[in-house]
Amino acid sequence: MFGLKADWSVDIKERYFALGDYAGGEARWCPGCGDHAVLTVVQRICRDNQLPPEMTVAVSGIGCSSRLPHYMGTYGFHGLHGRALPVACGIKSRRPELDVWVATGDGDCYSIGAGHWLHAVRYNMNMTVLVFDNNIYGLTKKQTSPTTPLGFKSNTHPQGAILAPLNPLTATLGISNVSFLAQTVDWNPAHLYATIKAAHAHKGFSLVNIIQRCPVFSEQLSKDLQDNPSKLLLLTHENGIPIEEKLLRFFPNTQEHDPSNMSEAYDIATNLSPAPIGLLYHDPEVPCYEELSSMGNNMGVEDKLAGINAALDQFAV
Amino acid sequence: MSKTKQAVRIDEHIIEIVSDSGEGAQKAGQTFGTISAKMGNGVWTVEIIPAEIKPPARSPAGASGIRIRLGSHYITNMGNAADIVVALNEQVLYSRIATHAYKRGTVVLLENKWLTDPNPEIIKQYQSAVAEFRENGLVVLEVPMEVECLKLTPRPRLGKNMFVLGMLNHIYSRDMEKAYREVAFTFQRKGQKVIDLNHKLLQAGYDFAKENIDYHYDIPLWREPDSKDPLIVTNGNQAMGLGVMASGMDLVSMYPITPATSASHYLADVYHQVGGFVHQAEDEIAAVGFAIGSSYAGKTACTITSGPGLALKTEFIALAVMAEIPLVIGVVQRGGPSTGLPTKVEQGDLLASLYGEPGDAPKIVIAASTIEECFHFVIMARKLAETFRTPVILLTDANLGTGVQPYPRPDAKAEWLAAPIDQSPWEKDVPPFDWNEETGLSSRPIVGQPGGEFVLTGLAHTKQSKVAYDRDSNQRGCNMRSRKLAALYGTLKAPEIHGESEGDILVVGWGSTLGAIEEAVDQLQNEGHKVSSIHLRFLSPLEPGLKEIFSKFKNILTIEINYSDEADAPLITSGNRRYTQLAMILRAQTLVDVDCWSNVHGQPIQPGLIYDELIRRLKN
Repeated sequence: MFGLKADWSVDIKERYFALGDYAGGEARWCPGCGDHAVLTVVQRICRDNQLPPEMTVAVSGIGCSSRLPHYMGTYGFHGLHGRALPVACGIKSRRPELDVWVATGDGDCYSIGAGHWLHAVRYNMNMTVLVFDNNIYGLTKKQTSPTTPLGFKSNTHPQGAILAPLNPLTATLGISNVSFLAQTVDWNPAHLYATIKAAHAHKGFSLVNIIQRCPVFSEQLSKDLQDNPSKLLLLTHENGIPIEEKLLRFFPNTQEHDPSNMSEAYDIATNLSPAPIGLLYHDPEVPCYEELSSMGNNMGVEDKLAGINAALDQFAV
Repeated sequence: MSKTKQAVRIDEHIIEIVSDSGEGAQKAGQTFGTISAKMGNGVWTVEIIPAEIKPPARSPAGASGIRIRLGSHYITNMGNAADIVVALNEQVLYSRIATHAYKRGTVVLLENKWLTDPNPEIIKQYQSAVAEFRENGLVVLEVPMEVECLKLTPRPRLGKNMFVLGMLNHIYSRDMEKAYREVAFTFQRKGQKVIDLNHKLLQAGYDFAKENIDYHYDIPLWREPDSKDPLIVTNGNQAMGLGVMASGMDLVSMYPITPATSASHYLADVYHQVGGFVHQAEDEIAAVGFAIGSSYAGKTACTITSGPGLALKTEFIALAVMAEIPLVIGVVQRGGPSTGLPTKVEQGDLLASLYGEPGDAPKIVIAASTIEECFHFVIMARKLAETFRTPVILLTDANLGTGVQPYPRPDAKAEWLAAPIDQSPWEKDVPPFDWNEETGLSSRPIVGQPGGEFVLTGLAHTKQSKVAYDRDSNQRGCNMRSRKLAALYGTLKAPEIHGESEGDILVVGWGSTLGAIEEAVDQLQNEGHKVSSIHLRFLSPLEPGLKEIFSKFKNILTIEINYSDEADAPLITSGNRRYTQLAMILRAQTLVDVDCWSNVHGQPIQPGLIYDELIRRLKN
């Protein structure tokens, strides 16, 4: 923990952050909810990367997922339903040095916040966006969400969902400037950790769709995938999500997929079953909007005054 | 014609140039206004905007142009009926006549090329219009502008505006040296050849008027020509943009909406000079969310919009109130409801600004009443937002936004700029909402301050920012947020009374009607009537002392550009009459029987109409 190196030298940091430094209030999700696993992984990554808590912001909208900032020991912004991304982008716009995490859900991001999702991908601001996709509205008690499978019974569609679900993966891949898209499941801690870690390491807008258990309202959906790993397709590649050899045995289906290959990513994403797990697409070269939006950030008072006076002089009579 | 006619000395005049769009009327008028301002006249210019984007040529709906009011005193509004109109075709005049822009005796200098048009239909239209105008009292002077311009250029459509400028320069005894300089400046990017041609057209117009037009005036100057006290000439949206820069704001986050967008156009051009950034968001909601994110992270931000955009932003504005995030929201009001009158003026967003959000969302609302205030109020708004940890809505309107006026050039000051963000450690055990019991004020931890980590939430919360659904916490949060307005109220001064502090009628106004109201009130006072006025800049909290001021007048009357039922309209009784927006607030706050007079014509209220209405009331 003190950065013991191969030559036995010790790198003692002035401040060392333990897991507890990233813990806020006690998590109040239902027992068995997949959100607990995601929270734990986010806190571990913060710790492993030694992110100063004061320089880290967890931003969310409204919904079960969006309680996450309350359980973090960092700065947090628990805002409005569907509107986590504009706030997160605004935070980043003039403070690019801040580490921004976004917790959102299938309803929050893909329904009420869908417009912001499209455009946030285009802005490609450097942040880690975790979509807790449990195919249902949980906080408001079992309404159909954009990713609810056709025929699934909910309180708004007691006869079964009447529309084909929206595919967030193909939709995201269709947006210009997409730079990082991955999918994982909450019940495989190693893959969950590796995926979010890769997302966080990416400089740009990293979107991770997390297939997440809701034990109360959509249990059978995730249980089906848990019980039948053949319904998952593990994506492997040296540039993909690193997987320990011994984990491979949990996945009967694997496919070698180069995450720089957009057309293959699109083909894989098109198939809802088996659901792809891993890094679908990665382009580290897409420019980040904050490089433009933060220009002039540190201009001094004298320069500003000169700039204002020059502007005023343009209107002189 | 008397070629050596002496110039008649006048106090002021209103001039219009009207044409199809694309004929350069606005450029000619703006240049005329600038020359006049530089000479030392009081000036107000306002654009005449066609109702459609690409209206057919020679149609009433296509009237495009500009009105310039010149005076030997400081001009504060667009005035009443025009004195002289230059029109490039007769059809566009119909829409101006319909808005009562002219009076009997208004002189129309009308392009007469239509009389020889190859299309007999057009000749007929022209002849019948001229006859009709004359019958209605307009003094029509047919001027061969096209013929004169053709002597200098094969494409007179492009240069006729400079010929018009030349004519006006002679009629109003303008300084031609200044005119030459302004024209050269206007066309500097187009090269010397273009400048030379336009100079020739300018001179031709001047010479033509000298030889052929009897009208010749002299308007004494309001201030020394080229006075050392510098002036700038801007419209209200440019003033707001300049204010954003001078306030040290980091970011403007906007979505295009008429008539507010030109403020952002201007900033997009120059904001980099002060290190700022204009973010064009994907929608109105994202625009305010982005600004809130930036402001939460300690970088000052504002969003600029108009009524429909304000409506979309309400949920975020309520969040900024609830979570006490500083934010400036500029609202350039237009006619509503719904898409309404996008290019035209209304003061219809006052109640939406005050009460647009569900629940109790107290915030600061101020209104600029001059173009100069559009500049200074942005700076004030930023400071208020940060000091009181709250959103501030700054109301202007289409009249201020597009009106152009000279005013004293502000000198940028370091103290206007936002302070650099505090990144020092947050004091241990100080909660993120350390409300002062008396004022409701607290200072806020900024992301980056170690030890200040907290989760901001739109849910009801304690001073620790912990979600709390219990009755006491919610009551207390509401108390604290409301108390901030009371604390601000305590620092405000009573409004200045324009005129005597007692009398028959006190007119109360807010926003862009200041100039028109005071002009009408001045006229009445000069005639010996006991009429005074006050003009409110703070709408939330209201300015103090109103009840005392009201108590000295027999009648209190608000004059506003938003809807009210006329008291004697069918079915209207004292039980169901709907008052103007400020009147409603004043009645509730003071328990005084405040009356109101308003219209929603989509036009600035003319001082003459205000005068007539006040006379009518004085007689009753």
